[in-house]
Amino acid sequence: MPTYHARVQVSLRPSVLDPAGEATRAAAQRLGVEGVRRLRIGKAIELELEAPDRATARSQLELLSDRLLANPVIEDWSLEIHEPAGGERP
Amino acid sequence: MTVGVVVFPGSNCDRDVRWALEGCLGLPVTYLWHEQDSLDGLDAVVIPGGFSYGDYLRCGAIARFSPVLQALRHYAEAGGAVLGICNGFQVLTEMGLLPGALTRNAGLHFICEPAELRVSPGRCRWLQGYGEGESIRLPIAHGEGRYQCDPADLHQLESNGQVVLRYAGNPNGSVGNVAGLSNAAGNVLGLMPHPERACDGITGGLDGRALLASLGR
Repeated sequence: MPTYHARVQVSLRPSVLDPAGEATRAAAQRLGVEGVRRLRIGKAIELELEAPDRATARSQLELLSDRLLANPVIEDWSLEIHEPAGGERP
Repeated sequence: MTVGVVVFPGSNCDRDVRWALEGCLGLPVTYLWHEQDSLDGLDAVVIPGGFSYGDYLRCGAIARFSPVLQALRHYAEAGGAVLGICNGFQVLTEMGLLPGALTRNAGLHFICEPAELRVSPGRCRWLQGYGEGESIRLPIAHGEGRYQCDPADLHQLESNGQVVLRYAGNPNGSVGNVAGLSNAAGNVLGLMPHPERACDGITGGLDGRALLASLGR
């Protein structure tokens, strides 16, 4: 069964206050980088998933992203899926 | 009667809740290890504070999938009395038994101090020992207690009488000053303050007693 490499990016929804991001932006100014106008902290989850085909891999990764890796009440997510090495087998 | 207190790896208020229920109020307690999947014979279940599963991923996110909480979902849907304190409130929102989410305090600090609260008991069976608009003082101790939900959802919760505890001073930036929420039926309560730390006059007041004692009635 092919192994798909995936990366799920989880970000706070734009309407949700990110106090840690604001504190980091303030630190950027103290470092001397004055121009940072916006800084939001999210998380990235890298995973390897065995699945029979790409469509199955995608639906399982979407389930994981929506029901476990992100909380849709406060977070958005996006998904990158990379082809398995050697290409997908039928 | 017997009250179940859920214990996850990382729970740290389980013994406080037991002391408050058994030692202060004379209500028998049994611990429920997270791998247990039966809640038979229990009159109420408390999800205590702490850092279930190390708060990995998000507070309460991993706990949601434990066997004991699969059983708790059925228990709550059948009308069983469920109380989530602090991390327990975070778990209840992750499970979807209560709406919204608890996020990082606006000021970033972990806040550990007494908080003034206003009670609006409504239908919440845990709060029938308090009067409408009563002021009480309970300790809070959390880093991620800022309640967050969409304005439309907040409006719905308020008009439904589900915002049963509000901060007088809003220490963490919660929308609507929300400190505690009930489900629509009134059998599930989630709150960030710690009633179990306010059941003994020597250690932090008595304002939490009526909440926990409501089980014994």
